[in-house]
Amino acid sequence: MNNILNQIGIENYIFLSVLLFCIGVFGVLYRRNAIIVFMSIEIMLNAVNLLFVAFSTYHQDSEGQVFVFFSMAVAAAEVAVGLAILVSVFRNLGSIDIDNLKNLKG
Amino acid sequence: MEKNLALVLLLSPFVGFLFNIFFGKKVSRTVSGAIGTLTVVLSFLLSICFFSQLNQSGKPFEFSVFDWIQVSNFKLDFGILLDQLSLLWLLFVTGIGSLIHLYSISYMHDDENMHKFFAYLNLFVFFMITLVVGSNLLVMFIGWEGVGLCSYLLIGFWYKNQDYNDAAKKAFIMNRVGDLGFLIGMFIIGALFSTLNYAEIKTALAAGNADTALLGVAALCLFIGATGKSAQLPLYTWLPDAMAGPTPVSALIHAATMVTAGIFMVTRMNFVFDLTPDVQNIIAIVGALTALVAASIGLLQNDIKKVLAYSTVSQLGLMFLALGFGAYNVAVFHVITHAFFKACLFLGSGSVIHGLHGEQDMRNMGGLRKAMPITFWTMMISTLAIAGIFPFAGFWSKDEILMVAFEHNKVLYVIASIASIMTAFYMFRLMYLTFFREFRGTEEQKHHLHESPSLITIPLIILAVLAVIGGAINLPGSMWLTHFLEPILGKHEAHALGTHEFMLMGVALVGALVGILWANAKYIKQAFVPKSDAEITGFNKTIYDKYYVDEFYTFLIVKPINGLSNFFRTTLEPALGKVVFSFGSLANGLGTQGKKIQNGNIGLYLFVFVIGVCAIITYLFIAQ
Repeated sequence: MNNILNQIGIENYIFLSVLLFCIGVFGVLYRRNAIIVFMSIEIMLNAVNLLFVAFSTYHQDSEGQVFVFFSMAVAAAEVAVGLAILVSVFRNLGSIDIDNLKNLKG
Repeated sequence: MEKNLALVLLLSPFVGFLFNIFFGKKVSRTVSGAIGTLTVVLSFLLSICFFSQLNQSGKPFEFSVFDWIQVSNFKLDFGILLDQLSLLWLLFVTGIGSLIHLYSISYMHDDENMHKFFAYLNLFVFFMITLVVGSNLLVMFIGWEGVGLCSYLLIGFWYKNQDYNDAAKKAFIMNRVGDLGFLIGMFIIGALFSTLNYAEIKTALAAGNADTALLGVAALCLFIGATGKSAQLPLYTWLPDAMAGPTPVSALIHAATMVTAGIFMVTRMNFVFDLTPDVQNIIAIVGALTALVAASIGLLQNDIKKVLAYSTVSQLGLMFLALGFGAYNVAVFHVITHAFFKACLFLGSGSVIHGLHGEQDMRNMGGLRKAMPITFWTMMISTLAIAGIFPFAGFWSKDEILMVAFEHNKVLYVIASIASIMTAFYMFRLMYLTFFREFRGTEEQKHHLHESPSLITIPLIILAVLAVIGGAINLPGSMWLTHFLEPILGKHEAHALGTHEFMLMGVALVGALVGILWANAKYIKQAFVPKSDAEITGFNKTIYDKYYVDEFYTFLIVKPINGLSNFFRTTLEPALGKVVFSFGSLANGLGTQGKKIQNGNIGLYLFVFVIGVCAIITYLFIAQ
């Protein structure tokens, strides 16, 4: 384990993670398709997970990995619910472009 | 066994109260009255039992009913103490209470709420017993507040008359002022000694580690409590108004028992007052002034019950005078004799009022001697007793107060003597106007004049007999009462009967005779009848209107409070309301504007969300 970190270096993991997170953020901001927005959110989530695992290894502490298991389990549940909502939105409106979803207007 | 008997003694009137309040309406009036009376008689019999037991063994009986409060080192239980002082009080409270209950069966028989009357009367006796038998100040305070409540309920018993309701409220509120003093005094004592138990306070004081300055404040506060309950200056004005209640109530609560609670409390706490001579001086001065002021007001009142009310205030003043000189035994002696003859006088006036169908103005009485012989003779005996004529009960007790006053302070002695002469005058004025010469009422009233039924006259006769022989408990030779109270009050030097004492007795007797002759000259020889209200002028009017003390209090306290509440109502409340409402409209406006942000555009939501996250992250970095 240490070997991998020695070979690659913790900072590279951080850069990758930041990069993934930024991709996620821009995906959320610029894409109109709800499924892609959803995927972008998943990317952000996994960027954080990656960071968790990296630091867990770096600190020789398994707590971070435990957290990742939790967040993955929760994310899976969230995806199931989210996709179900999207399916029902599509059935009702015939589209999943978020610009069309204005029914939440107060 | 003894414990149970003591609890029966305490709770028996309470059972009577519960019965009368819940089932009194279902049974006949006589049954409701009889049950009310019997419960008090039971307490009286048990008091006699305990009294004779104590007389033999000489040991006070104390026990705790339950633990009440326990906070760190402060421990208090609901304790009952039956010692010489409390049993003495129990005897005359329940004894006179029984007689007055008996009297009320007849007196209140035509009242539709008779069961309620007996319920309140029983509740009063219960609280009075609680007050007397408590072994610490807090239990006494329960009784203290309870009797105040019952006094309020009974003064306003005829609640359809608004004046009576006002009198009830006045009594309650003025008592509250005094009660606050009692509370503060109790708190100080609790803080000083970590206990409220009489015996423990006494022990702590005997150890001599008390802050005397603070103790003085406590004693003064307790005395303020006593001035409220016992109608002393400056809180006496409620008692004359309290005559609005039915006459048996005036006799029981506002003459014989409740108003002596202040004297009981001061006597109970004698070990505190003994250490604070300044407060004792205040007590003596207040007592003497009250005696004089009240007696002078009594000189010109025309309402038969008002005369007796001012007389009560005046006599209570004399008792406080004795307390101020540390002569607790003398004060207790006068409390007991006063209870006999004043209860008799009130019940007698009730009998007169009953006979005249509610007439209370002495200007419309007169000549009742023939029609109501028993009432006349019993009241005459009590009048002689209160005037201080040898050998009636009042002579002995009043004479001892005057003697004590003479010994300690000549000025207060003179004041008290003048008050005594006035007492003789106004009491005989009352007798002459009510019972002598011609009847001045209407023909119809004259036609209906009759002696009251035996349920009314029997208590009168018993009380009159006691008013004659009551002085025997503390005759100068035997001093039974003083010796009896020695375990509580310590030894008092008995007066050796020398020429000095006989001279003082003579002076007191001559003073009383002067008052009587004065009244005789004015109301019998000159046949003077008090003028109607409108014709009274000059200084007489000032006295007749009670020195305008009520008006003064109205001006000084009631008016400013009314003004203040008016100011609060018309100015402050709208202003505060505006402030509160402006918060409301601010939130409302913000909401109206804010709801525009929620436009349903998910893209915008996400954008704001990201900006927010960025802002938080930036802040966290900067903050580090």
